[in-house]
Amino acid sequence: MKRLSLTATALVALMAAMPAAANELRIGLQDDPDVLDPAQSRTFVGRIVYTALCDKLVDLDQDVEIVPQLATDWTTSEDGLSLVMNLRDGVTFHDGTPFDAEAVVYNINRGMTLPESRRKSELASIASIEATGPLQVTFTLTAPDASLVAQLADRAGMMISPTAAEEMGADFGSNPVCSGPFKFVERIQQDRIVLEKFDDYWNADNIHIDRVTYLPIPDTTVRLANLRSGQFDMIERVAAPDVASVKADPDLSLAEAVGLGYMAIYNNVGNGDRADNPLGQDARVRQAFSMAIDREALNQVVFEGTAKAGNQPFPPNSRWYDQSNPVPERDVEGAKALLAEAGYDRVPIVLQHANNPVVTQTMQVIQAMVAEAGFDVELRATEFATLLSEQTAGNYQMSRSDWSGRVDPDGNIHQFVTCDGGINDAGYCNPEVDEHLNAARATQDFAERKANYDAAGKILAEDLPIIYLGHQTYIFAMDDGVEGFEAYPDGMIRLEGVTDAD
Amino acid sequence: MPIYILKRILGALPTLLIVSVLVFLLQKLLPGDPVLALAGEERDPATLALLREQYHLNDPLVTQYFRWLGGVLTGDFGISLRTNQPVLELIGQKLPVTLQLAAMSMIFAMLIGIPAGIIAAVKKNTLLDWIANIVALSGLSIPNFWLGIMLILLVSVNLGWLPASGYESPLVDFWLSIKTMLMPAFVLGTGLAATLMRHTRSAMLGVMSADYIRTARAKGLSTSEVVLTHSFRNALLPIITLSALLFGELLAGAVLTEQIFTIPGFGKLIVDAVFNRDYAVVQGVVLCTAVGFLLMNLIADVLSVIMNPRMRSAL
Repeated sequence: MKRLSLTATALVALMAAMPAAANELRIGLQDDPDVLDPAQSRTFVGRIVYTALCDKLVDLDQDVEIVPQLATDWTTSEDGLSLVMNLRDGVTFHDGTPFDAEAVVYNINRGMTLPESRRKSELASIASIEATGPLQVTFTLTAPDASLVAQLADRAGMMISPTAAEEMGADFGSNPVCSGPFKFVERIQQDRIVLEKFDDYWNADNIHIDRVTYLPIPDTTVRLANLRSGQFDMIERVAAPDVASVKADPDLSLAEAVGLGYMAIYNNVGNGDRADNPLGQDARVRQAFSMAIDREALNQVVFEGTAKAGNQPFPPNSRWYDQSNPVPERDVEGAKALLAEAGYDRVPIVLQHANNPVVTQTMQVIQAMVAEAGFDVELRATEFATLLSEQTAGNYQMSRSDWSGRVDPDGNIHQFVTCDGGINDAGYCNPEVDEHLNAARATQDFAERKANYDAAGKILAEDLPIIYLGHQTYIFAMDDGVEGFEAYPDGMIRLEGVTDAD
Repeated sequence: MPIYILKRILGALPTLLIVSVLVFLLQKLLPGDPVLALAGEERDPATLALLREQYHLNDPLVTQYFRWLGGVLTGDFGISLRTNQPVLELIGQKLPVTLQLAAMSMIFAMLIGIPAGIIAAVKKNTLLDWIANIVALSGLSIPNFWLGIMLILLVSVNLGWLPASGYESPLVDFWLSIKTMLMPAFVLGTGLAATLMRHTRSAMLGVMSADYIRTARAKGLSTSEVVLTHSFRNALLPIITLSALLFGELLAGAVLTEQIFTIPGFGKLIVDAVFNRDYAVVQGVVLCTAVGFLLMNLIADVLSVIMNPRMRSAL
C-alpha cells in the first residue's frame, strides 16, 4: 500500500511538471516535410520550414506583390530576355560563407543542373546567369518569361551556402545551411525539426524568437488538442468545423488568408479512351454540370463559410480574376435545358475523388446538387496516390483534385490547359488558348497579360476542361501569447515581428 | 538447447524469404505510381521519366527484387524515396520508439490483465468476476482511436496533465518520455489486458480444479499460497505463449496508436511509407517486423521450456 501511494505521488509530481521553454515557438504542421533541400523538395510543409530557414531572392507581401528579400531591386530588359538583380550587402550564410553574386550564380546553376533537382521546369527559361558585379547578377533568358521573378519567390530562389552544398552534394538535406533568420539544429523524421535563431541574420532585430520547433501532426483534432493543452504555440491548417470553437476560446486566436490555389473537378475531354462519354465529348454537358452546382452553398455547408467560392483559376480577390465572369448562381433549369439541347435526359458519370472526409463531403453535396439537373454521379473514393496516377494516365471520367497555387498566374493555368502542358490531365487542346497563354507569359505588362488571361478564361469557361469550385483558406490558430503573426496567401509562416509571451 | 535455437533460426529463413517476396509483389500490385507520389505537384513528364530512371523503376520486377535482396544481404536496405535517408538508419531510429511503446503497453496489459484474471478465477461467478469480465469486454470492444482521442481531450486538453501527443527519447528526458508515452501505452494496453485477463481466468480455472490443488488445500495451505504458488505458476505457461503471440497484435495496434498520438515509431513509418509508395521503406519495415515476430515466438518457446521442466525432454 505504501509503495502504491509512493508511485501515485511520483505520478502526480511528474504530471505536474509540464515543459515550458521561454521564447521557444512550437508549431504544429499537417505533414512531415520531405528532404530539406530547396532544390529537391516538393512538399508544402517543407516550404513552411524554409520560410524560417532559407531566405529567397525575393518574397511576397500579403497582396501577392513581389518584394525584395536577398535581392534589393531588379529590372527586366525591354525585350524581356535579360533580368538584372542587385543583391543585399552584408548577408552571410549560417556557416559564415558570405552571400554574394557568385553564391547566387552557384545556386541557380545548381537548381538547373543537379540531377535530383525538381526546380528545372521552374528555371527552364534561363539560358545562363552570370555575376556582373560583386553584388549583381544578370540572368539571360531563352524567351521572355514573366513568371520568372515569381518563381524566385519560392524554392527556386532560395539561397543555400555554396560551401555546404559542395561538401554535401545531394545529401545537403540532412544538414541544410542557408541564410534565413533561423539555422538548422536537428531533425527527427516524422517527429520534429528544430531551428534556432541565427544571430548574424541581416534582419535579426526583427526576430524575437530564439528557437522554433516544427512538429508534424496529420490529425486535425489532435493538432488542435495540442494547441489547447499548451503543447503548441501555433498550428497551421485548422479544420473548418473547428473554427467556431477556436473563435469562442478566449485563449486562442485565428489568422487566415485566402490561398493562391483552387479546388476543381478535372473533366477527361481527350486523355485516352475514357474521354469517350457524354460529358467528355460535349461542352454543353459540362456547362450543365457546372451550372447545377451552388458554389456558395458548398462553401457554407462543407467549409462553414471559411473557404471562398470561385469559378476561375484565381480567387475572386486576386487582381488576375476576371470580374466580367463572376461566380455564377446555381441554375438547375438552365442546366436541364442545356442537357436537353445536347440530347440527354439523364447522364451517368463516374467521378473519382480523394478519400478524406472534407473532399468526400464536398462530393456528396455536389452529387446531390447535380442529380437535380439530370446527372447520375457515381462517386469513387480513392486513396490519394492512386487518384493521382489514374488522373495522369487518363483513367477517369471526372476527377476532383486541388492545386496549391503559384504566385504568378501562369503557374495556375498554363501547364493544365495548353496542348503540351506538363500536367494537362484533362487532355484539352485549343490552339487559341495556347496562343493567349503563351502571349501572357511573354510580357511584363500587367494590362496586356490580364487581357490575355481574360481572353483564355472566356474560352475555357465555355469549354470547361476544368470546373473550378472555389479556393481554400489557410487558417492558423495560436495561443494568446503569440503576437504579431500575419497570414499570407501562400500559407507560409513568416516569423519576422512575431513575439511569444510564454 | 543451443542446437534447438539454431535449428529454429535456420527454419525461419525460408519464412522470411517468402515474406519478402510477398511484400514486394503486393506493393507492385498496389495502384498508384511511386514516382507520381514522389513528384507531388511537379509532375511533368520529364521529371517523372528522370525519377523513374534514378530509382531503377523501369527494370523488370525480378531484377528489382534481386537488387533489393542483394542489398539486404550486404546490409544495404536502400534509401527512402521521400527523404533520401537510408532505410536501415530510419529503422534504427524508429524501432526503439515502438519497442518502448510495446513494452509499456505490455506492462499495462499485464498489470491489469493478470491480476484481474486471477481474481475473476478465484472469485468465480461473484460480483468481482462480473466486474472483471465487463471491464475486459469493454477493453476489447472500445476502439483504440476513439479511446485515444477521448483521453487526449480529457487528460491533455481539459485536465492538462499529460502531453497530447508526440515523443521524447528517454535518453534526453526520461520522465517526459514516460509521461508522453503513458496515454498511448494505456490505450494500446487495454485491448491486450482484456485478452490476457480472459486467458488468465480460464487457465487458472483449469488448474484450480486439478487434483493437486485440492490436495494442497487439504494440507491446510493458505488461499494465497494455493493461488499464487501452486495454481498461478502452472497457469503461467499458456499466458507466456499468449503474451508472445500478442506481440504481433501489439505491433498491429501500434500502427493505429502511433497515428493517433503522432508517435514517430514503426507503425507511423510504415503507414506513411505505404501512402507515399516508398517501397524500400515498406520492404525494410515489414522484414524487420517479421524477424521480430519470429524472434518473439522463439523466445516464448524457450521460456516455456525454462518454466516447465517436463518439456525439456521434448527437445
